[in-house]
Amino acid sequence: MSKVETGENAHRDDERTGHDAQGPHGEVVRLPMVSPGPLEPPGAWERLRERCPVATVELPSGDRATFLSRYADVRAMLSDPRFARPAAGDDSARLSADGAGGVAADADPEYELAIPENGAPHQRWRRQVGRYFTAKRMAALRPGMTRVAESLLDEMVERGQPADLKAALGFPLPVYVICELLGAPAEERDRFSHWSDAFLNVSRFTQEETRAAFGEFAAYMRDLVAAKRAEPGEDLLSMLIVEGAALPEEERLTDAELLATGMGLLVAGHETTANMIGKMVALLLSDRDRWERLLRDPSLIRTAVEEVLRFDANLGGFGIRRYLSEDLDLDGKVLPRGTTVCCGMSSANRDERVFTDADEMDLARSPNPHLTFGAGPHSCLGQALARTELHVVLEVLLRRLPTLELAVPTGELRKVEGLLVGGLREVPVRW
Amino acid sequence: MKVHIDETRCCGAGQCVLLAPEVFDQRDEDGIVVLLTPEPAPPHHPAVREAAAVCPTSAITVDEDGGGA
Repeated sequence: MSKVETGENAHRDDERTGHDAQGPHGEVVRLPMVSPGPLEPPGAWERLRERCPVATVELPSGDRATFLSRYADVRAMLSDPRFARPAAGDDSARLSADGAGGVAADADPEYELAIPENGAPHQRWRRQVGRYFTAKRMAALRPGMTRVAESLLDEMVERGQPADLKAALGFPLPVYVICELLGAPAEERDRFSHWSDAFLNVSRFTQEETRAAFGEFAAYMRDLVAAKRAEPGEDLLSMLIVEGAALPEEERLTDAELLATGMGLLVAGHETTANMIGKMVALLLSDRDRWERLLRDPSLIRTAVEEVLRFDANLGGFGIRRYLSEDLDLDGKVLPRGTTVCCGMSSANRDERVFTDADEMDLARSPNPHLTFGAGPHSCLGQALARTELHVVLEVLLRRLPTLELAVPTGELRKVEGLLVGGLREVPVRW
Repeated sequence: MKVHIDETRCCGAGQCVLLAPEVFDQRDEDGIVVLLTPEPAPPHHPAVREAAAVCPTSAITVDEDGGGA
């Protein structure tokens, strides 16, 4: 754990005794924090990193949590094998008011997912599923992804400009890819999209809507798992069933685990990537020099994708959360058992202690140990898939539509609101 | 340069394989890292250093003074 160099001891004393949700200037810090523009980081991050790296914050529910903003603290917290995300039945802080939170926002006994949360059972699950997401397996999907991306772009160009790049490419490509992987029909994407949004709900839907969507989604996935069991195909769910049969019984995924895995992968596999594709294109086009540099030197695509991942300030307003199941000593300050910690990965990604000129986008930055996929044993399972999709999209766009530009001023881009994940609602483009 | 890996920490993110496929691989059965070349040749050193720096579980360590290369 890093030592705190700045003089915030007085503030820390306040926190120890007062538990007020206060930033360095005494104001209440509420999550999600407010940004000056759709692609800009909240101004509070820098102040918190400098003066209050372990801050008390208020969530939409009114509950209090602890927000970490520095790289070293966020990385250490995410890497700590003792702690996992808040679970149903613990006394963690709620995100949403009125119990409206989706499965991924507020765990609830009514819709708990059967994926093991931590320790050896989590690692067993992780390795059984992770084997299907290796770098080599994802590289093998690349030619197929490129063909899909090219045909989606052809359709967009045919329909004429301006167009919404998110609706035309950013959303359908990852949906198609994850559906192929899972063996689910991509034609159902509108239903999947609604179920995913509800899964990630913080404040867009009511509790009734969130629960109804979860019920439909779970019923759908239960039927899909049963169908794969009856007649296995070449997809991931089928392979988990067929290849899992060779394992000792206690190591096989149960039907409940298969169901939760399928739901989790379907949501994670398209929602986050769809948003990132839109933000990547917007970030690269918002400064023409970035786009021109990539046109001149496409060998920068790999580092550019990592830099976009680091630079994105709209990843979601709450970071990844951890529930402290025991007291934690953080730089000499004790965070008591029962604390909910919000790990501010995007703030950490702007920490000057780790990234030189952190507020500058450097398309050749290397190494780039950003925390956008998390860190530690729960680090994103699908990151090789996400990277491959982002590489493919950028490569195809640079090759097919070099004259691409945003069709609205950057400031008029509209953010996705009310969900656990951040993004842009649409990305209007011309070419 | 001598490379060490810690299989128990590895989460199978695959960054090392993308960066230095001559040095790292992932096992088919669980996606966990395999060290192909514990003492990689100098042309691979920059990619190996980058792989160690970006590994999400810090499962790769590089001993710059170790090995014969």
